[in-house]
Amino acid sequence: MDAKVIKQEGQTLKIVGTSPVRPDGTPKVTGLARYGADFALPGMLWGAILRSPHAHARIRAIDTSKARALPGVKAVITAEDFPEQKFEFVGPERVAVNFWHMTRNVMAREKVLYEGHAVAAVAATSKAIAEEALRLIEVDYEPLPHVIDVDAAMQPDAPLLFEDMITRGIDPPPGKPSNIAKRIEFNIGDLDAGFAAADEIVEMSFKTAPVHQGYIEPHACLARFDSNGQGELWSASQGHFVVRAFTARLLNMNIGDVLVHPAEIGGGFGGKTVIYVEPLAAALSRKSGHPVKIMMSREDVFKATGPTSGSSMTVRIGVKKDGTLVAADGVFKFQAGAFPGSPVMNATMCGFAPYDIPNVRSVGYDVVSNRPKSAAYRAPGSPISAFAVESVMDAVAARIGMDPLKFRLLNACKTGTPTVWGPKHAHDGYAETIKAVLAHPAYAAPLGKNQGRGVASGFWFNNGGESSATVHVNEDGTVVVATGSMDIGGSRASMAIMAAETLGIEYDDVRAIVADTASIGYTHVTGGSRVTFATGIAVVEACKKVIVELCARAAMIWKLEPGEVVWENGCAKPAGAAAGKFEPMPLKAVAAKRALTGGPIGAEASVNAGGAAPGFATELCDVEVDPETGSVKILRFVVAQDVGRAIHRSYVEGQLEGGVVQGIGWALNEAYIYDDAGHLLNAGFLDYRIPVASDLPMIETVLVEVPNPNHPYGVKGAGEVNIVPAMAAVANAINNAISRRLTDLPMSPPKVLAAIHSGRKG
Amino acid sequence: MNEILYETPQTLESAVALLAGASGQARVLAGGTDLLIQMRAGRVMPGLLVDIKGIPEMTAIVAESGGFRFGAAATCMELIEHEAFAKEWPGVTDAVKLIGSIQVKGRATVGGNLCNASPAADSVPALIAAGAVARIVGPGGKREARVEDIPVGPGKTSLADGEIVISFYLPPRSARSGDAYLRFTPRTEMDIAVVGAGVNLTLDETGICNQARVSLGAVAERALLVPEAAAALIGTKVDDDALQRLAAAASAACRPIADKRGTREFRIEVAGVLARRAAGIALDRARRNS
Repeated sequence: MDAKVIKQEGQTLKIVGTSPVRPDGTPKVTGLARYGADFALPGMLWGAILRSPHAHARIRAIDTSKARALPGVKAVITAEDFPEQKFEFVGPERVAVNFWHMTRNVMAREKVLYEGHAVAAVAATSKAIAEEALRLIEVDYEPLPHVIDVDAAMQPDAPLLFEDMITRGIDPPPGKPSNIAKRIEFNIGDLDAGFAAADEIVEMSFKTAPVHQGYIEPHACLARFDSNGQGELWSASQGHFVVRAFTARLLNMNIGDVLVHPAEIGGGFGGKTVIYVEPLAAALSRKSGHPVKIMMSREDVFKATGPTSGSSMTVRIGVKKDGTLVAADGVFKFQAGAFPGSPVMNATMCGFAPYDIPNVRSVGYDVVSNRPKSAAYRAPGSPISAFAVESVMDAVAARIGMDPLKFRLLNACKTGTPTVWGPKHAHDGYAETIKAVLAHPAYAAPLGKNQGRGVASGFWFNNGGESSATVHVNEDGTVVVATGSMDIGGSRASMAIMAAETLGIEYDDVRAIVADTASIGYTHVTGGSRVTFATGIAVVEACKKVIVELCARAAMIWKLEPGEVVWENGCAKPAGAAAGKFEPMPLKAVAAKRALTGGPIGAEASVNAGGAAPGFATELCDVEVDPETGSVKILRFVVAQDVGRAIHRSYVEGQLEGGVVQGIGWALNEAYIYDDAGHLLNAGFLDYRIPVASDLPMIETVLVEVPNPNHPYGVKGAGEVNIVPAMAAVANAINNAISRRLTDLPMSPPKVLAAIHSGRKG
Repeated sequence: MNEILYETPQTLESAVALLAGASGQARVLAGGTDLLIQMRAGRVMPGLLVDIKGIPEMTAIVAESGGFRFGAAATCMELIEHEAFAKEWPGVTDAVKLIGSIQVKGRATVGGNLCNASPAADSVPALIAAGAVARIVGPGGKREARVEDIPVGPGKTSLADGEIVISFYLPPRSARSGDAYLRFTPRTEMDIAVVGAGVNLTLDETGICNQARVSLGAVAERALLVPEAAAALIGTKVDDDALQRLAAAASAACRPIADKRGTREFRIEVAGVLARRAAGIALDRARRNS
């Protein structure tokens, strides 16, 4: 069956693009939704984790005997309870995983590599006993010199996190170990010739702070193990199949022996695509014979879960007087945290992707330092390189006296434009977002004193991949849609909409759920803006199988050949030679005769969806800068994003608003603050300042819809690219307001005030 | 595992007796918005909590001798929603409004804000500028103290062991006077002052300032009363020159630390800016209050 046939020319969509009540709304509003921390079982123990007080230290010995002797303590585990893993990078390079690193991140082995690194865990009959037991564990540390900053970590004399790590991606390999895990480089054209042909060249250097995803729900899970070696987990994650695979691997279990139940999730933004507490709870449960629950505190979340990388970057761009880009060079150095695996490869690919530039070099470094391992965060890597590239683009446009949006439009990529990583762009959409902002009333609105306007753009791949769905028709004509996709951004609503649209029934007759790992086929994480695209295709495919079955059932009732029945507007209808012989039979009527016509009606579909189309966004920000305090107020923010097609309109608008808000926090205030000993000083939401509602104007969204021909309803994905331009848009607006170019995130009041006092002009 | 005894005395006498009779560490519990967090973080582990919210004179807000007396355990929301108080003391009210969220203010108290002794407490500079006097009870009986004399450093007060702040007295609001409080935070709310500035001033019939009090928060180990800054206003029409001298005096009085919330230089500079702006608001209120 061809997924493309659903979208028939001239047939208007009835439900796709509307904003019906979301299925997850009521339980969340009434407090009945069950999150990771909301599960309990008889005989359950409380798990607690002992964490490193040092930024970097060798573990000489761990003595758990006193903790084990404490009444109420049922199990104590250390790294010895987990099998050693082979050192190898598995999976596609952009998202490669190394289980040797992963097992050391969830439980330190030879060394602790950051403050908060787990070194042991206990399970006890109460939280208080578990905490008391942690105090009784004696760890003999040999403190080592540490390094936090990426540039410092790259120095030849920097303390080494891994004494034998040789940089990958350099030929021949360097003779000495370093903290540089990997170097990558992409090239097109002739860089020197490109810059030689430029009339103007602008080069600037930038630093960005690591920022946390800031999900409200701390990591939590409940694990139980049977004595037959099989286990179950209840956990809030962005992919319970990945939780299953990772946990099974770290515990040396068969995947089929682990069942993971998806809990409701209180935010993830990429940060819950990895595991922290799950293997510890499972190991404690296995050792104690009791169910074990572990909940992180907010402090744990900040100290021991992934932010995205901080960076140090230099970008140089060459342009002709007429505005044509001729050359671009970027060097992007990313903090991976304590283990390799920053999103620097994405950064090198995405940074210049929106533009048609004939000569480009893009270089990335993946660098370890003594801070928590970075994890995915909304378009991982792309917002960081975009901050540098889009700041320089703004300066380039100013240098040649061009309007910054018209300059971007002149150089915008389109179908057929080469990318730095090889393939040509296969979709339009970028130019349309620029035009949307150019046409927006905000772009021509007057500005007052101390106010400024900035624009910026961004690119994100979006993704497809493996997804599964089942569709079951109930005897009363209602339909249950189950998928394997954790719902972090409204996917139950969008799946129900696509199913209702495809089947031709009412949205309220469809119930969408997320099924556990034993009840549905493999489904990859909810990430990469892939779910509405890939899982949506699986749902539509399953619906189409159901339609075939419904037509066959109607044919049986009518005593026609199956080929003589078609599905139209939610009804079976005689066609061809039989046309007009019977009144159309609605789904409900077919369903009512289910038992007489062959039994249950349902279908499943598993896909490995290709054909994902990228997201582009262009954003406009107006700011007012207080010249005496450096405080920046966001007056107005417009985001125009190509979403392909919005399935649930207000949910998609919410995605755009959310990405912008996180970008504003990243731009203005969010940062990890360390003392000289490598201790995090702001491990809480008081001093790690994500924006509050009163910091923000209503974000104005413009949904640009250039449909993706590879999805039955044209979906491209909506969740991520909205964050990509935001920091540069704010920086460009500040530059416009005070004629000072800020290149160091966050652009906090002290930095802005210092810039105002300085003579430096942008 | 330590046990905590929780008591709810209904009179000042029994509260004082409970504190005096405590064997281990005892703490007064009002709204708990600081204390419970400190306990959860393991920073304090009291064996006795004396919840004073049931003591009538500690929660009442009443007119007294032309001024106001409000209980140290009256909640911030009760104070904010007291229309007559808010009309007389808009600066104190603005400061109280800045504390936490509405939910937090439904529990938090001004007495707690003072006795927690954070240098960044918002209500304290506003109370100091307003000339507030605290009534205190302890094993030695009752006494009165100016608010600026109570905090002595981060987490430390001049209160003796077993003493409790009962209430605050704000003097009668004279004609042609007004107060204001401003703070600087990176966020618009749900934040802690990087700098706070309270100003209370009175004009004579010709518009010349004849009384002023200026207080700064978060720029020293405790909230400061800055007479030099007030002196810059007294005898002037609070014109631009006077405001500039006020700002300079305010900045000169700062002795801040550099920490995660701001650098020394930033705090010193912004203290002057905020003192000047707060004085401008207080002046405007004074002119309208004639």
